[in-house]
Amino acid sequence: MSKILLEHGTGAGKSAKLINDIFIKNLGNNILNQLEDASVFKAPQNMVMSTDSFTVKPIFFKGGDIGKLAIAGTCNDVAVMGAKPLYLSAAFIIEEGFLISDLEKIAISMKEELQKNQALIITGDTKVVPTGTADGIFINTTGVGEIVKPGISASAVKEDDVIIVSGTVGDHGSLIFASREGIDIKSELSSDCASLWPLIRKLVEEDIEIHSMRDATRGGLSAVLNEWAHQSNIGLYVHEEKIPLSDETRGICELLGFEPYHLACEGTFILAVKKEDAEKALEICKKDELGKNASVIGRAINEYNKKVILETGMGTKRVFETPSGLLLPRIC
Amino acid sequence: MQKIKKISLKQIIEGFRKPEIVKAIADVLNDEAEKYSGELHIMEVCGGHTHIIAKYGLSQLMPKNIHFIHGPGCPVCIMPKERVDHAVILAEKEDTILVTLGDMMRVPGSKRSLQESRSHGADVRFVYSPLDTLKIAEENQNKKVIFFAIGFETTTPMTASLIQEVEKNNIKNILFHINHVTVPEPMEAVIQSKDSKIDAFIGPSHVSVIAGAKIYKPIVVTYKKPVVISGFEPVDIMQSTLMILKQFNEKRCKLEIEYSRGVSVEGNLKAQEMIKDCFDIAEKFRWRGIGDIPKSSLKLKEKYDYLNAEKIYDLPYEAIDDHKSCRCGDILMGKALPPECKVFGKACTPERPMGACMVSEEGACAAYYRYGRGLG
Repeated sequence: MSKILLEHGTGAGKSAKLINDIFIKNLGNNILNQLEDASVFKAPQNMVMSTDSFTVKPIFFKGGDIGKLAIAGTCNDVAVMGAKPLYLSAAFIIEEGFLISDLEKIAISMKEELQKNQALIITGDTKVVPTGTADGIFINTTGVGEIVKPGISASAVKEDDVIIVSGTVGDHGSLIFASREGIDIKSELSSDCASLWPLIRKLVEEDIEIHSMRDATRGGLSAVLNEWAHQSNIGLYVHEEKIPLSDETRGICELLGFEPYHLACEGTFILAVKKEDAEKALEICKKDELGKNASVIGRAINEYNKKVILETGMGTKRVFETPSGLLLPRIC
Repeated sequence: MQKIKKISLKQIIEGFRKPEIVKAIADVLNDEAEKYSGELHIMEVCGGHTHIIAKYGLSQLMPKNIHFIHGPGCPVCIMPKERVDHAVILAEKEDTILVTLGDMMRVPGSKRSLQESRSHGADVRFVYSPLDTLKIAEENQNKKVIFFAIGFETTTPMTASLIQEVEKNNIKNILFHINHVTVPEPMEAVIQSKDSKIDAFIGPSHVSVIAGAKIYKPIVVTYKKPVVISGFEPVDIMQSTLMILKQFNEKRCKLEIEYSRGVSVEGNLKAQEMIKDCFDIAEKFRWRGIGDIPKSSLKLKEKYDYLNAEKIYDLPYEAIDDHKSCRCGDILMGKALPPECKVFGKACTPERPMGACMVSEEGACAAYYRYGRGLG
């Protein structure tokens, strides 16, 4: 089976063929196909930009792969700022010996995910490094988007705002952990890796007053809520039993001693919306496949400043702690 | 034979966390507590219990005259710095792989933790089951694989099983550094210490699944302190507390088993046999924050000297104490609660722990830091 050679990264012969056969074939568009040193595009007025590097192990996992994650991850970071993802860059660092057929699978996943976001890759780079100096493949993507709902910020949560999560939490993190070599867990769990823009667009079009919005990636739900409490100078009060959890994630966490709230989600986001708009926002989420498990989990309060308080089913309270020093694998 | 039905983990767990049941026991507890005129100080020996009490806020459901004292039962927390240093020294030796349980990775020694050693290039791996060490050794025949064994009676049989496999299959590249400790001896040390106010103990179920309930008989008979062996779910801890309170109200002093779904008086005899085959009781062990406790740990039997990393390598044994402003000793002995220590949450945090109780998430300080700060 054909493998990536150091020559594929030299810029000459073989590398031009690789670019054409894999990247232009699957990800090509009018702008990318120009193959200039830099790409020319028209920018609307208010833009956002976000970058992220993807090093996930395993590269292919149930529910996605590194390519899907590289597009969804960056587009989601753009989308939760209330912006429509438009253009992306993609840079690949590939270890010598990587299967070309695997690279193509990754490119096809990227293509599918770009279509969901109606976004384009308009510039890219490929580097090949000697065996042992990288772990298979690393991808960096940077995305820009046009702001359609201004003012969304981690520091904009206001008293009485209602906190909604769009789906079950921790599925990506627990799947990645369970599928690691050495941990012999068989599960039906699939990563929640998904593009959020299609659902966020509906919320924006219905003019929901969104104050804050985040995808709960690294650090999971608790990291997002603690950041909001801190940056917005407010207390958040969360009801534990309202937090949606899949049985599989709960089981894996039980076995491995993790809190699902600390684990990454790649297709779940958290919203702080104006109280009056909460019901409508929940309804919009629930009508969408991606948001069918959405739930109101709490509210912002004028007490416990900068803290997140969790009320357990027993009516006791505790600090909704942030993860610290967990031995997690690379999850994104 | 009757066919075993498949049940989900959720079904197993849920009943023991049901808010209605926990609240119902809390009501009975409160009624029972009214009949008791004094204050009751109950030590939950095991860090796992401390963690669950903090996580579910169970103290908030307790009658005012019942107080939990958090005991020294966290195998990582009680590891003295010099022994953590052993792990680091061994890990950093040429052509060596140090294998241990995950909890050990973050524990700071006098210079660094295993996690930091790893970032310096040492090959440190953590396993969920000690038997996974066999595979690591097989794949790395040209390296020494040192299993750094930690834990109470719960994890000892797994180490014993690894030792027996190594012996049986004549595996040449696995060595052991043994840090297995036992539960009853520190309980005695706590009772005997000056100003001890402990009235009763909640004992950990997993220890007694292996060692049996019988290990606590001296605590009940000699020291007249009731012991109830409890499971790790909220319902278990509430029920065990109620059982203790009832003993006081009925003027009994007994060894009782709340976790009857897994614990017997005798325990797992096969596991106990394996332990006996591999280990002798060591003369003493220096518990971090407490000091030397006689006969409170295990050591490899002489016949296994050839597997014993402590015999093969020259390791330093000079005692290294925690910072003097750290009150872990008092906390482990039940004489202070974490917020009473002046470095708690300030100079001492889970990211940069100064003392034993902040090290592992089962340590009392770590549990308070994690779940309780700011709640008042």
